[in-house]
Amino acid sequence: MNQTLPSRREFLCAVAGCAAAASTAGCSDLTHTSWFQSRFREMSDAEKKDVVAGLEKANKERFGKDVTVGIEPPMEGVEFGYALDISRCIGCRRCVYACVEENNQSREPQVQWIRVLEMDKEKGIDFAHADAYYDAEKVPRDGHFYLPVQCQQCENPPCVKSCPVGATWREKDGIVVIDYDWCIGCRCCMSACPYGARHFNYAEPQIPAEQLNPKTHYLGNRPRGKGVVEKCTFCIQRVRKGRYPACVEVCPVGARKFGNLLDPDSEVRAVLENKRVYVLKSELNTRPRFFYFYGL
Amino acid sequence: MATLRYFSQFAAGSVRIVLRGNVWYWLWVSALLVLIGIGGAYYVRQLQLGLITTNMRDQVSWAFYIGNFTFLVGVAAAAVLLVIPAYVYNWKPIKEVVILGELLAIASIVMCGLFVTVDIGHPERFWHLIPGLGLLNLPRSLLAWDVIVLNGYLVLNVVIVTYMLFSLYRGRQPNKKVFLPLVLFSIPAAIAIHTVTAFLYNGLPARPFWNQSILAPRFIASALCSGPAVLLILMQLLRRFTRFEIDDRAIWKVAELMAYTMFLNLFLLGAEVFKDVYSNTEHLVFMRYMFFGIGEHTAIVPYMWSSVACSIAAFLLFLIPKTRRNPVTLNIGCVLIWIGVYLEKGMGLVIPGMTPDTLGEIYEYFPSRSELWIAAGIFSVGFLVFTLMVKVATPIMLGEFRAPGAAEATHGERVAMAH
Repeated sequence: MNQTLPSRREFLCAVAGCAAAASTAGCSDLTHTSWFQSRFREMSDAEKKDVVAGLEKANKERFGKDVTVGIEPPMEGVEFGYALDISRCIGCRRCVYACVEENNQSREPQVQWIRVLEMDKEKGIDFAHADAYYDAEKVPRDGHFYLPVQCQQCENPPCVKSCPVGATWREKDGIVVIDYDWCIGCRCCMSACPYGARHFNYAEPQIPAEQLNPKTHYLGNRPRGKGVVEKCTFCIQRVRKGRYPACVEVCPVGARKFGNLLDPDSEVRAVLENKRVYVLKSELNTRPRFFYFYGL
Repeated sequence: MATLRYFSQFAAGSVRIVLRGNVWYWLWVSALLVLIGIGGAYYVRQLQLGLITTNMRDQVSWAFYIGNFTFLVGVAAAAVLLVIPAYVYNWKPIKEVVILGELLAIASIVMCGLFVTVDIGHPERFWHLIPGLGLLNLPRSLLAWDVIVLNGYLVLNVVIVTYMLFSLYRGRQPNKKVFLPLVLFSIPAAIAIHTVTAFLYNGLPARPFWNQSILAPRFIASALCSGPAVLLILMQLLRRFTRFEIDDRAIWKVAELMAYTMFLNLFLLGAEVFKDVYSNTEHLVFMRYMFFGIGEHTAIVPYMWSSVACSIAAFLLFLIPKTRRNPVTLNIGCVLIWIGVYLEKGMGLVIPGMTPDTLGEIYEYFPSRSELWIAAGIFSVGFLVFTLMVKVATPIMLGEFRAPGAAEATHGERVAMAH
């Protein structure tokens, strides 16, 4: 695959009328998201290095501070799983905002990867009567329980299937990722997702420089531009370095559990072993790696 | 080489023809150009600010643009209704207008392409779709399939029309061995573009309103109503404003066929309504939103009832032989069915499919001013393309525009040559 890439880039460079630049420095140095940049999945190591350097430079110019863009690959023998204890969640939405800060979502217009739904205890899990915009003095409110929804990292992801250009795929560690520089913004994946997990940048994302999280991953929380789709990646920039996702860390009631499904001693395996779990919309055969359970 | 020389003369002659016209022609063309200019300006703004200039949001992430795209795929597919009787049954009077159907198909596909282009966030990344350069996700992605079939259909129709018109221009009889297989192939191709477009929605179990196997048949049925309605009106306009002769019998035949397709369209709608209403599962919510609204969210309700009323009224007008042969009631019927299908595909298919969204939220969508102007601009491009093509095709078919040296055709020869 790597053999064919330089020729493709050269061809596109020629099309763009920058053959001279291509022969010396490589196209991707020109802007942080070059028009002729190839798909991350098919880039050679040299090309990745090149592109990352370009991104870091562009972000330095845009935000006035050093931003690292990691390209850590999946770890061997790791497949991530998530478990959320519905009986503990109090609906405080701290996870929502921790996620926004960690993953550099747009503050204006607001983009949020986690949506906390308030549901009636009498109705059970019933999306038709759920309310994502509850405005409460104090949570939890009487008669209600809370169901946070984010990307379910499906084993059989309908979004990946629908993408016409292969800009989104499932990595070896089970994380469904998006190449923001390859996405054409057609939003097929958003129509295909049964969980409302995917979000589109309708406008240029606004993030105050002082709020920008400078530790990023290419396939995760690096700053995006307008016109592309984004979503939860289990905080790929953290979990591939052995850390917990931000939402797990911030949860004040310990409702969120995370770990390696292949490790028999992991917390998430303990949940699967000892609690009865539930996945959303199991009838759609998406096989989420995000489990809900009643811990109490 | 001779062919090449003829072709350059043909192209130059065509340009001369479109640059010649009376006051009405230039008024029409200027009006279209003005609308294209306004739409273009709104599109430039959309490119600068992003799709925030539309009223689409995460909850309703496909809407008016994609609805128009879907409607126009139907119009493009409808050329087939004229091709079938003309070539399969070898029914003479209709053949003269098949070429119009194909020109309409070309203009529609051009509009389809534009509607998709304005809908995507990064149109400049179009090359990601080109196999070899980019990556066309076949066979898994339905949009990838749609790219293939729509472009294929466009090329097919351009080839057929160019070949037929160029042959006539040279005073030659088109070679049946060349064009007949192409024309016959355009029948399944027309079905394919509509089926694949339907599957684009149909294959999404996340959206129960679309994930019903009746969807593709309904697409075909409604296309076979709206497409010919446009053609019937165009045929009458051409007859009025050019020397182009179109037999009344051709118009009546198309109208009769439309009575069948309109019945089928209503029947399939009825079947879907029955299944949803009688089952009364939670999935009824989409149809409830469409026809009755949910709470204060009733923006599309009047459009949906208008759509149903127009479709039923048009069906009755086309069903009764007397009214479908009367030019006034025929044209009223054409306009009604066109409105009926346009509202149903433009608003009634896409928006209720996403309202409420997958997590039950209701975001009430209605197109923004920018979306409406951009759509008007795209329709104007389509009308302009169609106008220019008809402007060239008509004198060729009338034998007035001929290669130097090619014999001026008589009416009899003309009909013979066209087939």
